[in-house]
Amino acid sequence: MKTTPDNSGDVRLSGISKTYGSFTAVHPLDLTVPEGSFFALLGASGCGKTTTLRMIAGLEEPSSGTVRLGDQDVTHLPPYKRPVNTVFQSYALFPHLDIFENVAFGLRRRGIKSVKKQVEEMLELVQLGEQARKKPHQLSGGQQQRVAVARALINHPKVLLLDEPLGALDLKLRRQMQLELKRIQTEVGITFVHVTHDQEEAMTMADTVAVMNGGRVEQLGAPTDLYENPQTTFVANFLGTSNLIEAEVDTENGDDIVLKAGGGKLVLPEARCSAPTTAGGKVLVGIRPEKIALTHADEAGSIPEGRNRVTGKIADASFIGVSTQYVIDTPVCDEFAVYVQNVERDGRLVPGADVVLHWSPAHTFGLDAAQDIDAGTEEEAAA
Amino acid sequence: MSTLTEAPPPLAPAEPEKRPPRKRGRFTPYWLLLPGMLWLIVFFALPMIYQASTSVQQGSLEEGYKVTWHFATYWNALSEYWPQFLRSVFYAAAATVLCLLLGYPLAYTIAFRAGRWKNLIMILVIAPFFTSFLIRTLAWKTILADSGPVVHTLNSLHVLDLTDWLGWTAGDRVLATPLAVVCGLTYNFLPFMILPLYTSLERIDGRLHEAAGDLYAKPWTTFRKVTFPLSMPGVVSGTLLTFIPAAGDYVNAELLGSTDTRMIGNVIQTQFLRILDYPTAAALSFILMAAILAMVTFYIRRSGTEDLV
Repeated sequence: MKTTPDNSGDVRLSGISKTYGSFTAVHPLDLTVPEGSFFALLGASGCGKTTTLRMIAGLEEPSSGTVRLGDQDVTHLPPYKRPVNTVFQSYALFPHLDIFENVAFGLRRRGIKSVKKQVEEMLELVQLGEQARKKPHQLSGGQQQRVAVARALINHPKVLLLDEPLGALDLKLRRQMQLELKRIQTEVGITFVHVTHDQEEAMTMADTVAVMNGGRVEQLGAPTDLYENPQTTFVANFLGTSNLIEAEVDTENGDDIVLKAGGGKLVLPEARCSAPTTAGGKVLVGIRPEKIALTHADEAGSIPEGRNRVTGKIADASFIGVSTQYVIDTPVCDEFAVYVQNVERDGRLVPGADVVLHWSPAHTFGLDAAQDIDAGTEEEAAA
Repeated sequence: MSTLTEAPPPLAPAEPEKRPPRKRGRFTPYWLLLPGMLWLIVFFALPMIYQASTSVQQGSLEEGYKVTWHFATYWNALSEYWPQFLRSVFYAAAATVLCLLLGYPLAYTIAFRAGRWKNLIMILVIAPFFTSFLIRTLAWKTILADSGPVVHTLNSLHVLDLTDWLGWTAGDRVLATPLAVVCGLTYNFLPFMILPLYTSLERIDGRLHEAAGDLYAKPWTTFRKVTFPLSMPGVVSGTLLTFIPAAGDYVNAELLGSTDTRMIGNVIQTQFLRILDYPTAAALSFILMAAILAMVTFYIRRSGTEDLV
């Protein structure tokens, strides 16, 4: 089933945008999705990710720019002439047709007479061989979802578009389907473009993630790259949690920048700072909660030299099994999040205790201080 | 986090309040049914029984009628008036088909394309109901009058020659011809077709159209394979709501037709009100009812909409 790569499954968007009246849903966007990759468009609702997907599918006409599949310009082709298929949000299965006919729909429309074998194979692939003669409403949400995938995949599209395909499923089923979709993608080798607001889903499944916000791509990269090196406050906050501290540039020392924050000093490798730095200028310093170690103030002396440190008082602690999540009141930030693995638990680390937070400078990242420090925090909660 | 305290004893679960079982509630459904049931008994079941008994009576106005189980009335009525029966079915069917052909595109437009004009068009569809059925039909008399614009236009386009040849109109006249009666029926029952069609079309998820397009269906194929099948409940109820009253209608044939276009409704009306032959009129009513019931049952079975509704 695997196709030989000839780049005909590349999705190339150049300068595409979409405006509705005075509202710009998608700002001019250039994007190339290489053939055979699993690509995720991640963002909160209303960020333009679904509009982008619909422009690839042909369900929405771009206001400007072109959509190419490989070398073929499909910008003005109606959906029924494009070699792409979509798995719709809440599936859009045909309620008057049984599962078999739903899956056979695309084949029949292209004039293929003997569909039985193909449909049965496809139903086997998604483990629904027994359900062929049932109507969609007789199936569970997860089964309907698999029918939607089968109905699209049977056409061997060059690109499969998935619009929040797992949104309607409960958490456990969603996890299971994430793995299932990933397995299918690897098996068939088709380019997948997946739209989701769930950052965990995007990170588990996709090879490349594009984080969208306000009709623009904020950052594009491999999940680990996005997580470890966010370039904007939105990405830092939307993808997981980040502690962001406002700091002033003190001196530049070789490859490191020394910063002043709340009376203390922090070190940031220059390579990990996406903002231009000048002495006296402002920078946002970021650190992920799980990179921080927590030591009781009485033992501050045992902390090795060369680590960034911040003192504070534990405001809150919640035990969640694998880790304990602390909220710490510090001079630089009053809600400093710290996640500590429950390996050896220090009994003194309870709310009210004085502590020292410390981490390796290599885990610190720097962002442009001109941005909204809270961008992306509320969106995630809303999504 | 690590301080251990003794777990507080679990709160005793609140005793569920014991209520005396409510007996009154058991009869509530029956009380709710009562008004409707009474209405149906008084205004539907009793007249039906009365009518049924009338149909098997014999006698005259002067001497009074007696139940003699004279079923021959049915046979006599049928053998005398079968042409009017056939004509009724034919006219009603023609009007139903015309209603469907006119109403479907309109309902489709309202449901999917009208945008902000939706409500206005809906009001226009319902607006005729603000005037009496009779007055509207009389207005058609003027519209189709011999010297009216419709006849004039059709005549100059030589359409009347064609319809005359087909037997739908007679000479230069439209009024008092089958065409006029079918047009009147179509006009009067069109909203009863549009409304159920609109309701069922409006319920169709727009994403199904997108999904069909995405799966290589051209717009017309999408209509044939997705939209139309899903609108079948509306098609069935619309055709029933049009066909059943149209088959029993007598106003259109009376006002727009002639003695050659009499429908079964006209016969029943004459028998009841002019000739005062109550048994024949009652028998004709029952034959009409039975015929419609049989046709409708067959139709619903055939269209197989039970599991769509």
